[in-house]
Amino acid sequence: MDKILRVNMTDLTTRTEPVPAAWAGLGGRALTSTIVAAEVPATCHALGENNKLVFAPGLLTGTPAANSGRLSAGAKSPLTGTIKESNAGGTAAQMLARLGVKALIIEGLPKADKWYSLHVSKDGVTVQEESELIGKGNFAVIEALEARLGKKTGILTIGPAGELKMTAANISVKDPDSKIRSHGRGGLGAVMGSKKIKFITINDEGAPGVKIADPEKFKVAARTFAKALLDHPVSGEGLPTYGTNVLVNILNEAGGLPTKNFTLGQFEGHDKISGETLHDTIVARGGKPKHGCHAGCIIQCSQVYHDKDGKYVTSGFEYETIWGLGADCCIDNLDDIALADNIMDDIGVDSIETAVMFGVAMEAGILSFGDSKEMLRLLKDEIGTGTPLGRILGGGAASVGKAYGVTRVPVVKNQAIPAYDPRSVKGIGITYATSTMGADHTSGYTIATNILNVGGFVDPLKKDGQVELSRNLQIATAAVDSTGMCIFVAFPALDIPECLPALIDMINARFGISLTGDDVTDLGKQVLKTERQFNIEAGFTKEHDRLPEFFKTEPVAPHNAVWDFSDEEIDEFWNF
Amino acid sequence: MNITVKLFATFRNGRFKIEQQEWPEGTDCRHIAAGLGLTEEEIGIVLINGRHVPLEQLLGHGDTLSLFPLVGGG
Repeated sequence: MDKILRVNMTDLTTRTEPVPAAWAGLGGRALTSTIVAAEVPATCHALGENNKLVFAPGLLTGTPAANSGRLSAGAKSPLTGTIKESNAGGTAAQMLARLGVKALIIEGLPKADKWYSLHVSKDGVTVQEESELIGKGNFAVIEALEARLGKKTGILTIGPAGELKMTAANISVKDPDSKIRSHGRGGLGAVMGSKKIKFITINDEGAPGVKIADPEKFKVAARTFAKALLDHPVSGEGLPTYGTNVLVNILNEAGGLPTKNFTLGQFEGHDKISGETLHDTIVARGGKPKHGCHAGCIIQCSQVYHDKDGKYVTSGFEYETIWGLGADCCIDNLDDIALADNIMDDIGVDSIETAVMFGVAMEAGILSFGDSKEMLRLLKDEIGTGTPLGRILGGGAASVGKAYGVTRVPVVKNQAIPAYDPRSVKGIGITYATSTMGADHTSGYTIATNILNVGGFVDPLKKDGQVELSRNLQIATAAVDSTGMCIFVAFPALDIPECLPALIDMINARFGISLTGDDVTDLGKQVLKTERQFNIEAGFTKEHDRLPEFFKTEPVAPHNAVWDFSDEEIDEFWNF
Repeated sequence: MNITVKLFATFRNGRFKIEQQEWPEGTDCRHIAAGLGLTEEEIGIVLINGRHVPLEQLLGHGDTLSLFPLVGGG
C-alpha cells in the first residue's frame, strides 16, 4: 500500500499516513505542488517553521518505464517567494517508489541548535541527531554514508551552502555512480538547512516494489515508448553523443547565446566550450561521453569528464553550466568550468543561479570577465566557507545585483535567467516571464520549436505564436513533471505520434485506469493553476510576470533584437 | 559568389568545421548541402547569417550558411 511519510522537526516525531483519495492519482510535481498549496501558508517565511519540504517520485517511477526515475522536490522557495518544484535524477526516486512512499513531507523547525538526519526504510522514517558530517561537502557526505550504511544507500544531502541557508543552495541526490545530481533551482537546499537536516538516507531492503495493474499492457506500451525515445534523432543520437552542451554552437550561430552578462548574443570563444569540443576532449582523456543520471535512462545525455591526467573531475556537465560560466562570464577554459562544476556540486549550489550570479559579479567589478581562477577561489573560499561576501554571492544573481547596485540583472522573480536570450528567442521569454517558478527554461522549453525544429517551427525573432507555444509547452511539461519522466521525452513526444499515447498507456496500465490525452492536459492545467493560486496568495500579481527592463531598452547583437511584448500580450498566457 | 559554410556536430565527421566556397549566384541551400553529401533527411537546422531558413532559400555573396543535424538539449 502506498503511504505518506510525515516528519515533524519541531517535536522530532514521524508518522506514516494513508494516501488521501485526492492525492492518489498524483505524483511528482502535481503532488508536491498540491501538498505545498494545501498545507503551506503562502505568506509564510520560506525559511520559517511554516514552510514544508516535500519529496515525491513520479507516477511511473519505480516501474520499468524508460527514463522514469526523476524525483520532485517542492516547497515555498526562499529565492523566489513563489511555489517551487525542482526535479532531479539519481537513485532516490526509484527507491522511494519501491518502498511505496508516495511523498515524504518535512515540516516544522527544531527548537535546539542541533543537526539531524532522516532515515527512510520499509518501516517508515526516523530522525537521528547528526554531528560528524556537519560542515562537510556533499562528496564527503556520500563517501562517509556509504561507509557507514552500505554502498546501496540512497542519499539526499546539502552542502555548506544549504547549511548556511544561502538562497542559491541546492539539494544533492546520489547518482548510480555515487556522484551527484541536483534539485538545483529555487534554493530548496536552504529550506532543508533551515530544518536542520543535513542528509536523508534511504534503505529499500524488503521494499514491496511497484505493482502494475495490467503487466501485459504495460509491457507493450513501454516497448513502444522506449522505441520512440531511441528513434528520435535528438533523444536517440544527438543527446547521447554530445550531451546538452551541443547547444553552445547552435545558440551562438542563432545569436541567442547570452554573453558577457547578457550584453551580447554570441561568444568569441564558443568553439572552445562547445559540445563538439567537450565530446572530443572526453573521448581523448578516457572519460565517458554518455552516462545516465538514473537506472533505466536510455537517453544517456550525461557524461563523465576527466582532467588532463585522466582523473574524474565532474559528471552531469550541462549546457546551462558551461554556457553560464563560459559565454556569460567570458571564460573559454573548459577545464576550469569543469572544476567549478565539481565545487558547486560539493558545496551545494545551483549551477545556473551561481553561473549567472558570476556574470553579474563580474559586471559589478568583484572580479573581471574571464577570470576563471578568481571565480574558482570565490566559490571555494568565500561561498564555500560562508564569508560575508560569500553569503552575498551565495544569494544568487539578484542578491549580488542589489548589494552592488547593478541594473543589468537577468532574473525573473529573483531567479536567474538561463542560457537563451529572450530578445532573440522570444518564446522562451514568455516562459521566463510567466512560469510559476521564476525564470525557468525547463518549464516550457520553446527552444525545441524556436531553434531546434522539433514540434514544428515558430520563428524565434518574431512575436507571432510565442504565447501559445509557451502555454502549450508549460501545460504539457507540468503533466510530464508529474510522471517522473525526464523532460527530454518531450523531443520524441512532439514529433513521433505513438510516443505520447504510449506514455498515457503506461500510466493507465500501472494504475488500472483509463486516462485520455485530454485528462493529461487537464492535469497539466490543474498543476499550473494550483501553483499560480499559491503565488497570488503569496502576493504575486501579473506585474511580476515581466522581464527585467534592460531587455526592452538594450538591443542585443547580432540581430539587434529587443524584448517587445506588451504587458497585455504577456498576460494572454494565463487565458486558459 | 563567395559564401562561408559552417558544419556542426556529426556533419563535421570526414568534412570540415568551416570553409569558404565559390558558387554561382542563385544557388540554394539544398544544392550546397547535397554537394557535401548531406541528405535532406539528415538536416535538422539551416541558418543563413543566424536566421532560420528553408532549404530552398537562395544565398547571396558574403552569406554564412550553418548546417546542423537534428540535435538538441536543454
